[in-house]
Amino acid sequence: MCGIVGLLLKNPGWDRLLGELLVPMLTGMTERGPDSAGLAVFGQPTEGETKISLFQLRGEPDWGLLQRTVSENVPGKHGLLPGDQHAVLLTTSSKVDAIRTLLRERFPAVALLSVGSRIQLYKDVGTPAEISERYGFRYFPGTHAVGHTRMATESAVTPDRAHPFTAGRDFCLVHNGSLSNPHLVRRKLEPLGIHFETDNDTEAACRYLEWRMREGDAIDQAIEKGFEALDGFFTFLIGTADGLALVRDPFACKPAIVAETEDYVAISSEFRSLAHLPGVSQAKLFEPQPRTIYHWSRA
Amino acid sequence: MNAAAAAAPVKEFDLSQSGNLRALNRWLHRELPVECAPRVRVVNPDGAHSIAAGVDGAVEIDVLGHAGYYVAGMNKQARVTVHGNAGTGAAENMMSGLVRIKGFASNSAGASAHGGCLVIEGDASLRCGISLKGGDIVVGGSAGSFTAFMAQAGRILICGDAGEALGDSLYEAVIYVRGKVASLGADARFEPMTESDLAAVRELLAIAGFDHDPASFRRVASARGLYHWNADANQEY
Repeated sequence: MCGIVGLLLKNPGWDRLLGELLVPMLTGMTERGPDSAGLAVFGQPTEGETKISLFQLRGEPDWGLLQRTVSENVPGKHGLLPGDQHAVLLTTSSKVDAIRTLLRERFPAVALLSVGSRIQLYKDVGTPAEISERYGFRYFPGTHAVGHTRMATESAVTPDRAHPFTAGRDFCLVHNGSLSNPHLVRRKLEPLGIHFETDNDTEAACRYLEWRMREGDAIDQAIEKGFEALDGFFTFLIGTADGLALVRDPFACKPAIVAETEDYVAISSEFRSLAHLPGVSQAKLFEPQPRTIYHWSRA
Repeated sequence: MNAAAAAAPVKEFDLSQSGNLRALNRWLHRELPVECAPRVRVVNPDGAHSIAAGVDGAVEIDVLGHAGYYVAGMNKQARVTVHGNAGTGAAENMMSGLVRIKGFASNSAGASAHGGCLVIEGDASLRCGISLKGGDIVVGGSAGSFTAFMAQAGRILICGDAGEALGDSLYEAVIYVRGKVASLGADARFEPMTESDLAAVRELLAIAGFDHDPASFRRVASARGLYHWNADANQEY
């Protein structure tokens, strides 16, 4: 099953409410995805700073040691916002690949969840309510966000296999459905130097689309190519620095509904996750058409 | 509405209160009075699943808002009106009665319905009336792809347009469509409208309360080419 939710605030005056509006959307999808959940939140960037979201997969984290190790090996300023298993590294270095390689060698139990100037990513095992509480999702401000509740079918239930998946900078994807050819996609991408972190099918879709965009495709072109390259059932919700994109497979096997008002665009697998939103009774409500690309930008 | 129904007390269930969805369905299944057709109001449905599913009795149910999956599923006798949109599988496997969706209906509306009538005032999404077994469906707006896929008996009236593969692998169900058809499915074909077809369209429009000229509809039915295996057809029908 799985549930997807997304929220883009058109009204900047609502940015501080992002998390508060989003948590009931996420918990409303608990029956569709009770085993793990995640949230990618996009906020205003700080000039010259990159945010790297990290998660300690095994054992006790030593975030202080990680920060010192990065500082000693990579030029630039490196701050750290530590949680329990989760931390955000704030760096002025543009050499993210060097940091990635360093972490892979010296901190193999740390997963690098996201990189970008706007994105911060949280995902973990548990119910959406537990995870929202654990990371304080309701306090998160931001311009837009992408969330997911997972009922695993294609790979194990672990924090790194939860959604959203990310690739590149300020790019994430959540998926309701399943792909039948993720290994084929992976075998195509790996020789191009694209590294996979997990055996999850959604990661293949995420890395494929981000690769197309990095090669110069606009998001619509990338998704069009995705219709050919990715075989299976999907509703994909994609978060970028600018906004959100939504697409359903040609058979519309997986649900989605959109509510749009002057203040926001809200997307969910089902209306029951949108019912609490202010002004939803006056919202323009519609089901996205199959094989049709929708996107919304934060102006 | 008849006089008995008008006089019947209205029972209200507020689904914003935890446990009331089960209370509603339990009451409808076990405690429905038989002496008069009662009226039920369901408030704050907020997309809950299985609202008024499995009802077998004369009852008038108004759902004041959007319903989730399987609203009025397996319905028998009841008249159910959703004053909003419906999720996947509205009135699926309905046996009798009348289900009206004032807004749009998601995938597989009226799937496998044996009897009764489902009226969707807005659009129907994909696979509306899939495997229909004798019920009637009236779509006020347009219907998505694979409408009436493998439908065996019954009638589907589409006042707007139809998506891809309309009536794919039809058996004996009949489709009437007023707008454009993106494509016909395998073994479906347009057929001339006869007097009995016009009468059927008139009857369905009257049930739904829609005002269209019956002569503006086209009939789609099975060419029955798939009824018999043809080794020479090379899988093309």
